Amino acid sequence: MKAVADHGHGRVHGARWSNALFIAPFLAVYLALLVAPLVRGMWTSLQDLDMLSQTSEFVGLKNFADLWGDEIFMGSVRNTFCFVLMSTPVFVVLGLALALALNRPGRTGAVLRAIFFGSSVLSVTIVTLVWKLVLMPHHGLLANLANAAGLPGFSPLTSEAWALPTIAAVTVWWIIGLPMMLFLAALQQVPGEVYEAAALDNSSRWRTLVHITLPAIRRTVVLVAVIEVILQFQVFGQAQLLTQGGPNNSSRPVVQFIYESGFTHWTLGNAAAASQVLLGIMLVAMALQMWVSGRKEAF
Amino acid sequence: MNIVGNNLADRLVLAAVIALAIVWVAPLMWVFALSFKPNEFLTQRTDVIFSGPFTLKNYIDIIGTSAVFRWIVNSIIVALSQTLAMLVLASLAGYGFARTEFPGKNVLFVLVLAGLAVPEQAIIVPLHLMFADLEMHNTYTALILPRLAMPFGVYLMTQYFKAIPRDIEEAALLDNASRLKIFFRVILPLSIPAQATLGIFTFLHAWNDYLWPLISASKPEMYTLTLGLASTQSNFGQSEGIGYLMSQAVFAGLPVFILYLFFQKYIIAAVSGTTVK
Repeated sequence: MKAVADHGHGRVHGARWSNALFIAPFLAVYLALLVAPLVRGMWTSLQDLDMLSQTSEFVGLKNFADLWGDEIFMGSVRNTFCFVLMSTPVFVVLGLALALALNRPGRTGAVLRAIFFGSSVLSVTIVTLVWKLVLMPHHGLLANLANAAGLPGFSPLTSEAWALPTIAAVTVWWIIGLPMMLFLAALQQVPGEVYEAAALDNSSRWRTLVHITLPAIRRTVVLVAVIEVILQFQVFGQAQLLTQGGPNNSSRPVVQFIYESGFTHWTLGNAAAASQVLLGIMLVAMALQMWVSGRKEAF
Repeated sequence: MNIVGNNLADRLVLAAVIALAIVWVAPLMWVFALSFKPNEFLTQRTDVIFSGPFTLKNYIDIIGTSAVFRWIVNSIIVALSQTLAMLVLASLAGYGFARTEFPGKNVLFVLVLAGLAVPEQAIIVPLHLMFADLEMHNTYTALILPRLAMPFGVYLMTQYFKAIPRDIEEAALLDNASRLKIFFRVILPLSIPAQATLGIFTFLHAWNDYLWPLISASKPEMYTLTLGLASTQSNFGQSEGIGYLMSQAVFAGLPVFILYLFFQKYIIAAVSGTTVK
């Protein structure tokens, strides 16, 4: 079909080298600042590159072997997986719940939607500053509330058990608006007639949700879960600014490990190797995404 | 058109959501209120909101002593340049992929799409080395350029241009207009909604970016606002005092928040992708 149309206006539609000029500017940036660094990063991960001692030699897979035996790195991989497992289900369930509750016309709904989405336009440094203040041991908002309720104060950011869940909670507070908006957009695409039919059937609210609403927006549920998994694997700023990865390495994610081994210890070979591991994990996540989205056509 | 149900359940759900919304805004309101109190008072009490001493000193201190204005200017320069450059690069490339033919196009498109799978965190080490080789760290160029290589914008614009009916172009083609002319006169005006989506995305991302500025900008005068604020958090609550930190959060956050309220409709449309479909 397209080929026929192309023949009709061969003069302009035909393949021409000059048309590649549209692509050229982006392609130059892409090759120089994405493809080249990707290749160089792989090469660097095979080097013992230390900026402090100014050494650089080819060491094969030694950096990867070192990472395998590095308790801090392996801990950061565990922390990242835990973080994703804690945050993603909340993003999906709470995001959907808010969208269902706020899918209403009128002012109240608009104000509430603006409140839940508003925090996501703030930068990570403002969010962590606000929450460090809220969670201050003696003078924070939380300490005040605990005090007023007669409860003992506690400091979640300096607790090994609570540091990572607290970072996850702050992350949810920060960007719950994104999944909520994606779900709202999906809910508004569901035709009204199916609900009217359900109302005539006298279906209960719960049955309507499970049998009509959820099947109608299942693609968006999958999409949100995938987006959040990919986004949350890259967690960095919240952890670095709230806890510096502590206490006792209990909240350091992989990206923070990369940052620290590269730019505070200046062992760049090591950091490049850790980057390849992160890239590998992300590629597996994306392959899963493609597999799921390929399968969902068959649903 | 809403789910028909009994009124009581509806009200209970609404009450629960309102309660949650209060929990959501409480931290921001608390910080905002206390930012108008003297530091000395806050070392004693942080649970008094409506009464007690008020002061603007925290804000005056910010304006007088900190580098925050420089950081704001840096953020504006970086975010605006990055947004404009991204719109130009992505629109041109998107049009090229969607509407023109040239040898090797499909191979190149696959190559560009493959880049969607590369998170920028995975290439910061080599990026740092490349800009260090060129001695370009602590420049606006270094802060602006790397994000332009991310192919999301090209993907978005390609999809959008593909959806514009071909007939619109045919008329112009018969008029003997050049490709470039058609692009600027016909196609570009039609793609304003997609430009807005990509522009808002790019701007917010650039404004809030933390990792790359942290690596590339080591001189305080080249900090962006996001990075500069982080640098003042390291001596948290010790030198300047709680009230100063609170007013800093308000000072940096409020302009973005007000912009958000103004452009809410467009930002939400951009985020939920309704303009793209």
